[in-house]
Amino acid sequence: MADPLLSVRDLRTFFYTENGVARSVDGVSFDISAGETVGLVGESGSGKSVTALSLMRLVRPPGRIEPGSQIVFDGVDLTALDEKAMRAIRGARLAMVFQEPMTALNPVFTVGDQIAEVVRVHHAGNKKEAWARAVKMLETVGIPSPEQRANEYPHQLSGGMRQRVVIAMALIMNPALVIADEPTTALDVTIQAQILELLRDLQQKFGTSILLITHDLGVVAETASRVIVMYGGEIVEEAPVGDLFARAHHPYTEGLLNAMPQVGHERERLATIPGTVPPPTKWPQGCRFHDRCPYAWDRCANEHPPLYQIGGGHVSRCHLAVEPERRAHKHEPMVVA
Amino acid sequence: MTDDGSGSRSFVRRLLEHPAGRWSLATILLLVLVGIVGPHLMRYGPNDVLGMAELHNLPPSWQHPFGTDQISRDLLSRVVTGARISLGISALAVALSITVGTAYGLVSGYAGGWVDATMMRILDGFLSIPRVLFLIALWTLWTPASVWGVALLVGATGWFGVSRLVRAEILTLRQATFIESARALGASPLRMMWRHLLPNVMTPVIVFATLSVGNVILIESGLSYLGAGTRPPTASWGAIFNGAMSAAPNAWWILLFPGLAIIITVLAFNVLGDALRDVLDPRHLHASHTPQIAQAATSASLDKNG
Repeated sequence: MADPLLSVRDLRTFFYTENGVARSVDGVSFDISAGETVGLVGESGSGKSVTALSLMRLVRPPGRIEPGSQIVFDGVDLTALDEKAMRAIRGARLAMVFQEPMTALNPVFTVGDQIAEVVRVHHAGNKKEAWARAVKMLETVGIPSPEQRANEYPHQLSGGMRQRVVIAMALIMNPALVIADEPTTALDVTIQAQILELLRDLQQKFGTSILLITHDLGVVAETASRVIVMYGGEIVEEAPVGDLFARAHHPYTEGLLNAMPQVGHERERLATIPGTVPPPTKWPQGCRFHDRCPYAWDRCANEHPPLYQIGGGHVSRCHLAVEPERRAHKHEPMVVA
Repeated sequence: MTDDGSGSRSFVRRLLEHPAGRWSLATILLLVLVGIVGPHLMRYGPNDVLGMAELHNLPPSWQHPFGTDQISRDLLSRVVTGARISLGISALAVALSITVGTAYGLVSGYAGGWVDATMMRILDGFLSIPRVLFLIALWTLWTPASVWGVALLVGATGWFGVSRLVRAEILTLRQATFIESARALGASPLRMMWRHLLPNVMTPVIVFATLSVGNVILIESGLSYLGAGTRPPTASWGAIFNGAMSAAPNAWWILLFPGLAIIITVLAFNVLGDALRDVLDPRHLHASHTPQIAQAATSASLDKNG
């Protein structure tokens, strides 16, 4: 198999705060191949957004990417690049779609100007050419009468339109990889579906790889081919999307799936995972999920589980992989008891 | 970034539809016109001494509509020329202080960390000195020979406030997703400041600059009155005041006409500043003192218009 487009190895991003070292991303490794869509799932505080910022090298002090981390993209280790070389990659080969379409656009510029600005930043054309490309891109992302819309300001557009503009900005330089951080979270459900469809279409058209960051497994099911689940700054499970939904292995993933509303079960209360993600300065000993886990036994509190291979490209950071009989002993998690 | 035309047109239209904006703008344009062409239309030069013995301290008449001063110069000519000098000094001083102050605040706010802390402590030091005192102190170190020098001194002591304003705005803007997004698109720090941050602070800066002009006219007049501004025989409005001190005690016209000129000008700039505050992007400017609902209503109605 050819080298993957992006290969992250042992990525660790720590924040040096007054309350101690926050190990927000703690030894994350994964690959993304060209043209692939990978979902990165986890609740707030699991480290998924910091992972995204680390890939863009946009982590700000007091945070930093620890030495020994590797982010090989296009055959180049991004952690070794200087800021100037990194700027040439950002927005051109590696782009990001932010989650808040309301605030991701500059209020004082027309949307056409903002898309054209990306072309200008990367010296890919003069003013006129940049504008023409911007208008073309607006059309590509499905904005009607793009010549006219290009002259409008963000506050004149609806949320869905704005998100289309943000996507146009990310895609105009035809990047190899787009990191989409919660691209649909702030949108109505009907608009969400449209935006996801747009991302799928564009990916097929341009062959762009997408790293889709979300807390919504429904979004992942519709879009991604492979899913990475993060918890406590670590990857806890990784599997092809069908496999994950059919045979979730890690109790955390199981909890996430149970927390999804299901058609035909509207009357029941939604299941929740008890407790909250612990602060990244104080990950628990052993398995980081053990105090919220309904299967946890003494081993979980003492031994940090490795990523166990469970076949078919499915890995899980849970001791149940080697002691499957424990699954029969479901109990109240520690945080409740 | 280039304005697409429709935006600027609607801004001018909105300013003209604002009654206070319309009248203050008209007054200022008239004053500027007087300053530019007025001196050329005068029968007498501003510094012409017409007749020391018989023509000094004359009350207003057809010959001298504003009267003459203590050394028999035509007061109308001096007040009209004063418009050129006082407005010129103010415009220059404000342009200087706004440029320096905006750049300082922009760099300080963008850099953050210890750079920001150091720059702000320096600013605190400057701000702790009253401006007029500061100017008089500078005056003892260097006495400018020309009006340019006066503009330089006044401008050099006027940028602290706008620096703070700009820095505070930048600190808020830095958190905005669109700034993070600009970084993620590969913009360099200079480009971030110049193209992405600066345009977002222009609205408060323009309002601040307009209000400053009135303030600077008062400062320049005060300084000249105290003898630390423009030098005689230069006919700035404040300098005419200063001369009036040695005139006859009942020569009211020497105080009245330059005084009226100062009042009208300062008032016009202050009113224009307020009007600009109303007209320019209400979402930004009223954030501090307009309730959320009213804000939403304002922007909603703008949406409809736009």
